[in-house]
This record gives sequence, C-alpha cells and structure tokens, in this order.
Amino acid sequence: MMEQFEMDLWSPYVVGAGIGALNTLAFLLSDRPIGTSSAYARGSGMIERAFRGSKVEAKAYYRKFEPVVDWEVVLVFGIVVGAFISAILSGSFRVEAVPDLWATRFGPDPLLRIAAAFVGGVLLGLGARWAGGCTSGHGISGTLQLAASSWLAVACFFIGGVATAMLLFGAGV
Amino acid sequence: MAIEDLRSNHRAQLAIGLFIGIGFGFLLQKGGVTRYEVIVGQLLLADFTVFKVMASAVIVGMVGVHLLKSLGLASLHPKSGSLGSSALGGLIFGVGFGLLGYCPGTAAGAVGQGSIDALLGGVGGILLGAGIFAWRYPSLEERVLRRGEFGDKTIPKILGVNPWMVVIPTALILLGLLFWIEETGF
Repeated sequence: MMEQFEMDLWSPYVVGAGIGALNTLAFLLSDRPIGTSSAYARGSGMIERAFRGSKVEAKAYYRKFEPVVDWEVVLVFGIVVGAFISAILSGSFRVEAVPDLWATRFGPDPLLRIAAAFVGGVLLGLGARWAGGCTSGHGISGTLQLAASSWLAVACFFIGGVATAMLLFGAGV
Repeated sequence: MAIEDLRSNHRAQLAIGLFIGIGFGFLLQKGGVTRYEVIVGQLLLADFTVFKVMASAVIVGMVGVHLLKSLGLASLHPKSGSLGSSALGGLIFGVGFGLLGYCPGTAAGAVGQGSIDALLGGVGGILLGAGIFAWRYPSLEERVLRRGEFGDKTIPKILGVNPWMVVIPTALILLGLLFWIEETGF
C-alpha cells in the first residue's frame, strides 16, 4: 500500500530540514515560533461570537487570546493551501472520509469514523490548549528552543498517543 | 532596524504567516505526515516517518534559532509549563491524537489533501475542544494548571550552562537516533 505513495513523497529528512528552516525564518522575520493550536482557540472564539455576540470577548481566555485573525490563524489557513498545492501537484488529492487503515480495523462506515475523529478532535483541542501548545508549538518549536515545558508536553503527547493507538489497533499491527 | 519595522508591520506579518503556512503545509503533505496511516503507524511504533520529520526539524531549527540568538537577531519564546498543564494536558492531547490520527497542524494539511474526517471530525472537534477549554479556563487555571509550576525555563537555564552546551549534544543524540532507526530498517 505504501509503494504507490512513494512517488509522491519526499525524504522525511528533507521535509524535516525544511520545517526547521521555516521555523528559523519565523523567528527572524516575525520574532515568534510556529504553532497552530492557538489559531483554533481564536477560531472557536470567532464562531462563538458570531452566535452569542461580543460578550464572548469578556471571557478570561479570549482576553488572553483575542478572537481575531492573527499570524497563527493565517498560518493554519496557509497549511490547508500548501497541502492542497502539494497534493494536486503529485496527483494524491483524494476526497476520502475513511482512511484505509481505519476501514481495515473498524469497517467502512463513514459515520463511525467521523464520530471517532470528532471525539478525538475535541480531546486534541482541549489538550492542546490545556498544555499550551500542540505537536508544532511544543513538539517542534518548543523543543528546538529547549524549553522544559515542551519536552515534557511532547513526551506526554506520545505516551497518550501510543497507548491509545495500541488500545485501538492492538500492539504489533 | 529594517527587521524591527517588518516585525511591527501588521499586514506584512499576516503575509509572512500565510507564506510560512503554505510552505509548512506543502512540506507536511510531501512528507506524508498529513496521512492518517503514517501518523497512526508512528503511534503503533511501526513507521518512524513522523519521528524522522520532527527530529530533522528540531536539529535544523535548534541550530538555526540558537545561531540567530547568538548573533543577536532573535530571542527565544519558551512556553511556561507545569505538571498540571504540560503533563496532564499533554496526555489528554495524546488520547485525542491516537483517536483522530492527526494533530492540529497535520489535520489542516489533511483537509488540503481531501480528507473529510480531518475536516468534519478533526477541525470541527478541535474548535469545539478549544472552546470547551476557554469556557472552563478560569476554574482550570485556579485548580489544575498551576500545579507543579516550573515556569518558562529552558534546559540550559536549568543546568546553568551556555545554550550551545545543550544544543550540540541534543543535535548529536537526535542524529544518532536517526542513524540507528535507518540501520534497524524502520
């Protein structure tokens, strides 16, 4: 199954080095690390404000992370665009609701997959804001600054992730 | 001086954020890490692509950012941490990571390659999860997030050494791990 994707893939080392270079560029040009999860918090605040009005801005968390389009929000929008360009160029763009590996284990029902993904997404969004960062903000940008909080957080990301994946799929798949 | 002007120019910053995001998303997709199978493969310890991408990014970025810092061209922005936030939040994140099979950045990338589960489940769920955190933030802040607080210290600061005394060994250890993974055939 992996062979057919091989042609579309770059070496993970080239990709990683490029991401490291982009991070360095972000520090130089914008005086900030790359992260994505605060964009979701701002996005969530913007959506809530659309329904409940500007009283949402009074929440303590949204005074810290104002619900506005900032650097990180456009960054996340850029990720969607960049991945789309890459997928179109390599011919790997594919509308798909159920990944093959999930279907092999849990069947092809898109509702089950999306429901599980949604629960996972809620925990991910909650945990990312709880820990103050995600796989980008802590996992790459924080560890490369040698921040103690980030090394602890990324260890916990993978402890929780490995345990959950092993529970779902059984060890040794 | 020009760099200061650029950093304080809001519109230029949004353009830079967009440009860096496009590059980041392009690389994530080319690296295969926007694919569910690749991320879950890493969590099942069967496919080490995610580790290879992350470790290479950390090696290059760590040397790059510390060079900028040594040249006086950038400053570090380490996040503050505690057991209650970094460890507990990290574990919650990890469970979501295993269930969703994408993280916040790669979920956005997966949306760009057509993954509906990443859009409806991933992005939708993450937005709701972040909203729940914002809603519960005042009481979490009071009861949990400050437990075992250790601040925004970096490892060199804790050890009381020049940052390069940690940067170089960390880069060498990560390089060694990458060579070892290649040797063992992952």
